[in-house]
Amino acid sequence: GAPLLLNCGRRPPTADSATAADKTNPRGKHCLWLCFRVLSSCLEIFVLCPPLTSDSISTVLAAATITMTLTSTVCFPRQEIMKWNGWGYSDSKFLFNKKGQAEFTGKRYRLSGMVLPSLQDWFENTFGASVNHKSPPALNASAVPPASLNEAFVEDLKATGIPFSHEAEDRVFRAHGHCLHEIFALREGKKFERVPDMVVWPNCHNDVVKIVELACKHNVCLIPYGGGTSVTSALECPPEETRCIVSLDTSQMNRILWIDEKNLVAHVEAGIIGQDLERLLNESGYCTGHEPDSMEFSSLGGWVATRASGMKKNVYGNIEDLVIHIKVVTPRGVIEKSCQGPRMSTGPDIHHFILGSEGTLGVVTEVTMKIRPIPEYQKYGSVVFPNFEAGVACLREVAKQRCAPASIRLMDNEQFQFGHALKPQVSSIFTNFVEGLKKFYITKFKGFDPHQLVVATLLFEGDRERVLQHEKQVYDIAATFGGLAAGEDNGQRGYILTFVIAYLRDLGMDYYVVAESFETSVPWDRVLDLCRNVKERINRECKERGVQFQPLTSCRVTQTYDAGACVYFYFAFNYRGLADPVHTYERVEHAAREEILANGGSLSHHHGVGKLRKEWMKESISSLGVGMLQSVKDYVDPDNIFGNRNLL
Amino acid sequence: MASKTLYSQRDPMLKRDGFEDILEERRNSSDLKYALRCYAPVLYKGVTPCKANMLKNIVLQSDQLHYVINQVSQESGEAPDIIQEEASVILEEMAHRLQISTVRFFAFALSKAFKTLFQHVCVNEEGIQRLQQAIQEHPVVLLPSHRSYMDFLLMSYILYTYDLALPVIAAGMDFMGMKFVGEMLRMSGAFFIRRSFGGDKLYWAVFSEYVKTMLRNGFAPIEFFLEGTRSRTCKSLTPKLGLLNIVIEPFFKGEVFDVNLVPVSISYERILEESLYARELLGVPKPKESTSGLLKARRILSEDYGSIHVYFGQPVSVRSLAQGKVNRSTYNLFPRHIPRKPMEETQSFVNDTAYRIVRLQEDNMVLKPWVLMASLLLQNLEGLELSVLTEQTVWLRGLALSYAAFLDWPDHAPTAKVVSSSLALHRGLACVSGGRVSLVVGEPLGPVTPEEALFNRAVSVLSCASYRNQVLHVFLRPAMLAVAMHTAASSKKSEWPGLYNCFSFLWDMFSNDFILCPGDIVQDFEEACYLLVKTGAVQMPQQDIVMTDIGQPTLSFFNGLLEPFLQGYQVVCRYLCEEASEGLTEKQYIPAVRSFAVKLILAGNLRCYEVLSSDMQKNALAALLRMDAVRKVKVADQVTLIVNKMAVNSIDDILGGKLPTQKALLARL
Repeated sequence: GAPLLLNCGRRPPTADSATAADKTNPRGKHCLWLCFRVLSSCLEIFVLCPPLTSDSISTVLAAATITMTLTSTVCFPRQEIMKWNGWGYSDSKFLFNKKGQAEFTGKRYRLSGMVLPSLQDWFENTFGASVNHKSPPALNASAVPPASLNEAFVEDLKATGIPFSHEAEDRVFRAHGHCLHEIFALREGKKFERVPDMVVWPNCHNDVVKIVELACKHNVCLIPYGGGTSVTSALECPPEETRCIVSLDTSQMNRILWIDEKNLVAHVEAGIIGQDLERLLNESGYCTGHEPDSMEFSSLGGWVATRASGMKKNVYGNIEDLVIHIKVVTPRGVIEKSCQGPRMSTGPDIHHFILGSEGTLGVVTEVTMKIRPIPEYQKYGSVVFPNFEAGVACLREVAKQRCAPASIRLMDNEQFQFGHALKPQVSSIFTNFVEGLKKFYITKFKGFDPHQLVVATLLFEGDRERVLQHEKQVYDIAATFGGLAAGEDNGQRGYILTFVIAYLRDLGMDYYVVAESFETSVPWDRVLDLCRNVKERINRECKERGVQFQPLTSCRVTQTYDAGACVYFYFAFNYRGLADPVHTYERVEHAAREEILANGGSLSHHHGVGKLRKEWMKESISSLGVGMLQSVKDYVDPDNIFGNRNLL
Repeated sequence: MASKTLYSQRDPMLKRDGFEDILEERRNSSDLKYALRCYAPVLYKGVTPCKANMLKNIVLQSDQLHYVINQVSQESGEAPDIIQEEASVILEEMAHRLQISTVRFFAFALSKAFKTLFQHVCVNEEGIQRLQQAIQEHPVVLLPSHRSYMDFLLMSYILYTYDLALPVIAAGMDFMGMKFVGEMLRMSGAFFIRRSFGGDKLYWAVFSEYVKTMLRNGFAPIEFFLEGTRSRTCKSLTPKLGLLNIVIEPFFKGEVFDVNLVPVSISYERILEESLYARELLGVPKPKESTSGLLKARRILSEDYGSIHVYFGQPVSVRSLAQGKVNRSTYNLFPRHIPRKPMEETQSFVNDTAYRIVRLQEDNMVLKPWVLMASLLLQNLEGLELSVLTEQTVWLRGLALSYAAFLDWPDHAPTAKVVSSSLALHRGLACVSGGRVSLVVGEPLGPVTPEEALFNRAVSVLSCASYRNQVLHVFLRPAMLAVAMHTAASSKKSEWPGLYNCFSFLWDMFSNDFILCPGDIVQDFEEACYLLVKTGAVQMPQQDIVMTDIGQPTLSFFNGLLEPFLQGYQVVCRYLCEEASEGLTEKQYIPAVRSFAVKLILAGNLRCYEVLSSDMQKNALAALLRMDAVRKVKVADQVTLIVNKMAVNSIDDILGGKLPTQKALLARL
């Protein structure tokens, strides 16, 4: 168990080169310049950054050949391989080709390079959209507010040698997460009211300590930035902030510092991105098993700061179950515990002030977390139920018997059909025939209504024998609720949907469709009522707010707990004819959240609060509870250096 | 669809739909064909298909009922099985057995009956369309007004006619007395509930779960009468909240997305039970419902009862109503299957909703010219010249219309014709002799005592009053202001605050007699001022409310309109102060007041017959109890009334205009 020291990533430019670049970049020509950067970055991907995927998720993400030495998936600067106005990698996107057929470009995913013949029909029928009505992004990123720099801070920072930048492109990239309104604004070339004035790239814990000290000294506002996958407006800069805002990008703190095989823990820098963490651990035969849907891009520090939840939490636990030790740099100094005891009775757990603090208290720099040997065997599965009620009843029973597989999810009928629309072109007549037979068996022979039936997707993990045993147990329970096993393929496709859904949103936005997802957790007995009422509320609100087309509202039960479940909603509509689709969308989402709360759902299961859901905090945790959190904030950060104004 | 405007300022120029006569088609085509035609109503989109019998099983197996069964079993020491058996017996006694064949039978029989009894049965078809839409969208609760036994048969008949889902109807157990008919009603969708089941937890649990199950599953629209019983006076009754609570709760608990309440106003030109009601109010006990009684009622079939108007109001969305009023998340922390007393917030919401719905019923009640004539005749018990009556009726028509009354005045008919045909239809109540119109007094059979003569006269007065009462909701608020103006000062000028005090005293006093929404006192006062100013009866320069020269007839009509109530309440007060003995029990109260009033009338000291009505007596007592002027004390198994004579006396004085309100209020304290 010798500690491993793994390094990855290209070295960032020096502090001097960053400022030089800024000076030689007159703002007027920014747009042209940006186009050039985008183009050149595409070339760069071929030359410098071969697409990489993790082995552990290779069943879901396409296994691409690794031709070069390991590098971090997230390059420096990131916009070179990632879209600046949409989700994910620049090379991966959905589009309708000249024949009107949908295609997924790139090579990174299982769906990459495939033609999806039924997507167009589904898309047009579901939204009343047409592939002939395009709403392409307006490429206008010139409107960036000028940086207001704190000169004294910049001087002192230069002295430390920590790289930084005030290039507009770097700043805008870190001014947002992936909320609909943020991406929509980027696509429309709308101006952000406030963006960070500069970006710093600390390389290690000590760099962070220095930056925070300087920020306190010069009264500068710090906003930690991990993977940038927030969907709660948590990365939005408060417009009223008058101080210099510095985005603290943790992407260079991406090493696994050591692995302790005796205790099965790893000590990791918090900037590491999910897929890198898994890949690097896999090389040593381990995994964390923490796989949030955003794991391609989200960071360890971000997970801690938002109380993230992973798909396989039934085996590995959520982030709060996984962390053993956290190191946080705050304006008052560094918080950490003195030992790595697996459980302690030492008053309220201080980790719980950090978990979910959403960047308001400090920067998570290093985390010790549990690791597990890579499971011997993995198997997908799926079960079709005649209706959503039966499916929920089955999941409840599975939870009751505490035999949930690593992942068990129940997709409603809308999502089931959506999943089907993503079926790639079938290569042989034979497969076609088999598909037809299956469909016939389920709908005609078993009498399932194709407009009612739902599917549960399953993922089993462990040693082979146990997996098979476990599988049988779950299928037996399912059978008592009228469930029919529907094969591995259907199960796997369900999980693919998770990774490509955000790309699909970009496709939708090309054709006047806006979409978003949101989540909640709710006691078992209210799951059905909540799902029905929230969907109905969305439909109603859309109608009342002048949405011309029937919206898509879909939900799935994504996690099971002893006392309840996590429910995830997708919501999309065709916004043709609406003056301000984002505003309409936001009002509808607001109403949906109120409906969730009125039906016994929580404010959030794992997305967090950010600024999007702040208004409900008092209602959710009582004003006394808010006061408790506020007093911690006041003590740890009296000058509001970590001034992103999330949560409280 | 669902109206959000219920709470907004009431629109005096309400837009109302037109009517369609459904009997017209019945007169021109085969009733048998009609009864046997294809019936395929649209259903609630979220319906869980199930038979009436399966409903019972769902109820008996529900968590809600199990919880209560276990609770009762623990309290009583009986085994849960036995309690479960009891529950199943209760349910058996309660449940409906809706059957289309029985409905078809009724469709046939009622077609025949309606055609002989009524000239027209008019329905607003737009309301039907709205209802049809509402039924598909959400669980629907039909809330008709209740003036006659006919009501619920009529409702089902109309819904069948329009191919709408047949409702299940909450009916009082008294119908069960009529063996055969009871079963017939059961098969046409009625379910039976005991009139009172105070502390019986099990009964309540079975009953509420039964209703909720039907609502949640979207089995059928649920119909019940908010007023709880037939109004014998044709005034709307103070709403009962039990069933409304039950049907609204699933919304609060998130079990349904919304519930739509549909107020239905059923107006009869002549009520079948007209003189029956008057006798009942005068203390002739109500005949027990029996099949033979119903057969005797066949005599009724030979008479003309004019027309019926049924107005299906705008569906009211409970969700929109509750917006901002009830925080549903307060239901999050308690298991939903455990019965709980509704929270204060919810209680007042349900209470408020009930009142609003009854007011919506009132608003859409169709008024016939006779209603106006009856109001005038009652103010002139000695009779009126026909020409004067005609002239005044025309005047009153104008007033009523400007107050947004829903008046069904025949188009293009000369006024004299309208008046004479109204008199003809109601010849049992009023007659014309020598150009004078006066109330008919029941023909004496042989020699009569003065008491008997008095009672005969009272029957016609009360019958006539039941028509006047139909228009009261239109005039009530300005009339109370008119009385306040009259009482507050004999001068033409009065100041705001004093008037308001007096108005609010009357408002409070009469809130059992009329539908006055709790908490609406200021709004009602403003409405009263607005309406009086609008018709030019008063002016409001600055702080004052001043009667105009042309306002005299309006104000004096209004004073006359409420006079019987003021006098009636005063008689009750006087009785309590002067005559009531120490140990007066609640049971003795009504006969005692009645004989006190009879004495006064016979002695020529009182000309108001309406005080003989047990309804008014009860309402007056309820008001005095509310004002703490009388207290109830339970001694042994008797409830005794303890009278605070000073308080009652001063209330009497205010009503008589002898004491300004301010002082009286102090005296009460």
